Amino acid sequence: MTMDPGLQAFSEESCEMLEEIENILLKLEDDPDDSSLINELFRSVHTIKGAAGLFGFDNVVSFTHVTESVMMKVRDGELAVTSDLLNLLLSCRDHIMVLVDIALLDNAALDAETRQTDGQLSEKLNVFLGGDLKLMETETAKEVADVPESDASSGNMQNSNWHISLRFKENVLCDGMDPLSFIRYLSTIGDIESLTTLYESLPPPAQMNPESCYLGFEISLRSEAKKEEIEEVFEFVQEDCVIHILPPHSHVDQFIQLIEELPEENLKLGEILKLSGALTERELQEALTEQASGEVEQPLIGDVVTAQHVVETEVVNAAVEKQKQVKASKARESQLIRVNAEKLETLINLIGELVISGAHTSLLAKKSKDLKLLESIGQMSQQVEEIRNAALGLRMVQIGETFNKFRRVVRELSKDLGKEINLVIEGADTELDKSVVDKIGDPLMHLVRNSIDHGIEASEQRTAKNKPVVGELKLSARHESGSIVIEISDDGNGLNKEKILTKALEKGLIADNQSLTEAEIHNLIFKPGFSTAATVSNISGRGVGMDVVRTNIESLRGQVEVHSVAGSGSVFSIRLPLTLAIIDGFLVRVGHQSFIIPLDLIEECISSQDITQSLYKDGNTIELRGKVIPVIRLADIYGIQVESNEKPNNLNDNIVITHYGSKLVGLIVDELLGEYQTVIKPLGKIFQNLRGISGATILGSGEVGLIIEVPTLANYVQELQQNSFMANSEQQVNSSSLLH
Amino acid sequence: MNTENLNENDSATDEIEQSAQYLTFMLGGEVFAINILNIREILEYTALTEVPMTPDFIAGVLNLRGSVVPVINLALRFEKADTPITKRTSIVIVEISHDEQKLDIGVIVDIVNEVIEIDEVEPAPTFGATIRTDFIEGMGKTDGGFTIILDLNHVLSVDELSVLKATAAQ
Repeated sequence: MTMDPGLQAFSEESCEMLEEIENILLKLEDDPDDSSLINELFRSVHTIKGAAGLFGFDNVVSFTHVTESVMMKVRDGELAVTSDLLNLLLSCRDHIMVLVDIALLDNAALDAETRQTDGQLSEKLNVFLGGDLKLMETETAKEVADVPESDASSGNMQNSNWHISLRFKENVLCDGMDPLSFIRYLSTIGDIESLTTLYESLPPPAQMNPESCYLGFEISLRSEAKKEEIEEVFEFVQEDCVIHILPPHSHVDQFIQLIEELPEENLKLGEILKLSGALTERELQEALTEQASGEVEQPLIGDVVTAQHVVETEVVNAAVEKQKQVKASKARESQLIRVNAEKLETLINLIGELVISGAHTSLLAKKSKDLKLLESIGQMSQQVEEIRNAALGLRMVQIGETFNKFRRVVRELSKDLGKEINLVIEGADTELDKSVVDKIGDPLMHLVRNSIDHGIEASEQRTAKNKPVVGELKLSARHESGSIVIEISDDGNGLNKEKILTKALEKGLIADNQSLTEAEIHNLIFKPGFSTAATVSNISGRGVGMDVVRTNIESLRGQVEVHSVAGSGSVFSIRLPLTLAIIDGFLVRVGHQSFIIPLDLIEECISSQDITQSLYKDGNTIELRGKVIPVIRLADIYGIQVESNEKPNNLNDNIVITHYGSKLVGLIVDELLGEYQTVIKPLGKIFQNLRGISGATILGSGEVGLIIEVPTLANYVQELQQNSFMANSEQQVNSSSLLH
Repeated sequence: MNTENLNENDSATDEIEQSAQYLTFMLGGEVFAINILNIREILEYTALTEVPMTPDFIAGVLNLRGSVVPVINLALRFEKADTPITKRTSIVIVEISHDEQKLDIGVIVDIVNEVIEIDEVEPAPTFGATIRTDFIEGMGKTDGGFTIILDLNHVLSVDELSVLKATAAQ
């Protein structure tokens, strides 16, 4: 669906603002007196209201208006920031988000549920506003162009009528306008309470031009109309008259201003105003004294403009607001450019193609053996690599924003569960690919919930264990050798080894006599169908969680592990590649096919000549510097025909030692072809079930090469072997004599 | 072949029953037809990259101007004997939709014949055809009799194609 660009901007802006509101509210919780935060909060809500007003999203406007009023009280120091208030404002923020979404759907009407929430929240907000709600409305009335209704308050006039000062120019009659018709028309939109005709400018009869108009009018109008509507009445005569329109309850200053500007003698005018009921005697005296002493405060520019000319108040406000916004966002804008994600995608794809053609060219150059060409190609390749890195850098975003979303989650969950938890964020400025950031939210959410639900103990338990009452949940991110490591750690209970073992046995995830290391036991929780929560809460423990977390992370070519110390907490570490688009690969050949192994997974490459001695008979493990490492013969596992002179256990075998997680595995290949910049191409739906292959790439020759996914390959082989062991042991029982 | 021109007939194909254009090709001595609107292009046969652990009828993947496209061995998919690669062996790239996404898939055919118009399409016989009946969209009436029109959504069903070969590793 394509959206009107204006609406698109509104949608983006309000999203941003709402996010900011949430962040500010959460920060306010820690620092309730920070006035700059409160100001920012007010500004954000106000911006949403203003923008929604432009598009006529009345539901959004009216609700944000009430919310804004409360925030205004907070800003003015009339309301203290309490946790109740923050809770309410957070719900309001959510509700505004719902309203904005509904508004964006063709400005649809609210459904019953939303309307109910609307009502409830407004009511709660009104409690905070107390009786002053109406006053608030008056102050903001100009912006919303609502019909104001209010109690009198100091400085504002008691008069609830519009006051209109009309001074027709002399040539109005010549231009074919009849002043009287305008006044008549005015009476169609309201009741003219009083009208005073001013004839002071009438020249002596001898000099009077019968075709000129010398009259002025002071009109007091009782009307529900908006200012624009009143202005519209005089639209045609705008050029030929001077109009001053004062809204009901205008400040006394505005009257003073009016009195000063009008050509008539001040006192006289004052009398007229009094007569027309616009001013009371007291107010007039006050005004005149004030005026005489010359202590009239310099009015705001906006007010002057409104008073002097017939400018729509809304327009002025919009302009002023705009100015404020421009100032505020200028600092940010000068550093950031909004770019359509699609354009960026195209650029990165093009650079991917460039990398491929570059690889092809250098392949050709190597064949030609032309030294000068090789040198030039070498230089070009280096530049291409730099361009590639720079382009990928464009997609890098800081993870902080993702982390910040969890402040709210932690706050609410801990409240629900009656635990006290402090969220610590580290390394928020660590950058990673946008596409990774988008997909990491769900797994992170699950792990965070899990830590809060199962990890950190309730306050009483913590006190009993001599731990600080407030539990700590830490989210941290850092770069580590070409990948990013995200850790979710808590100082809670840690994993219960016995419980996990019992559960795993019960679910048939492990065999009875299997001996496992502590780390292996802990990582059992990532197996499908594993959940230790005795009760299924709505927070975590549906039994699919950790498995899904692992699958999600593996689909990002990442790994997840858990380290836990019973009684003092657990650390979940997620290791992710920096980008999903291009990797540094290592090209190998198996039979006639080329495969790519991600370079950052490779520990070392060894020739089988060096290790033949230590190759065990079965060929499934090797000994490397005192360690036993399982090996996988890719040709076997992938069913690739190996040419007849390359027999299994051939001396020309090469073994690539790779690591996944903290484990090592060797891959037996026929030939090592060297490093290769790999542009990852998805293999598509048809190959979605493949295990051990994560994607494809186009090689320099134009052929397709497959990218080996070491962790899933290793798991796959492990399962295969386990299955065959089980099959074998059954066979052994049946026919043990045949084996020897 | 110019698919662009053919695609201009989009509006005319709302009435598929009445008249539509089909590409006919030979496979194992039989003639089959595919609606021209599904066809993106036709390539000469080139060597493919085999993908391990996939069923035999998945011939491999192909580099189609920078994107990786799977190629299906149609003869094996029809559970017939594999046909030898000759000079006239071609790969027809077709477009199917799966989960509202367009997907390009190549199919290997022996010989590409021609584009014909078929006015009359009879329903598929309930049995007796040489291939699975759900692979048949209909029987197109041509000069020489009836030609099997393939139902690509079934022939190239992603769910069936993505099944792994059970005995991938011994």
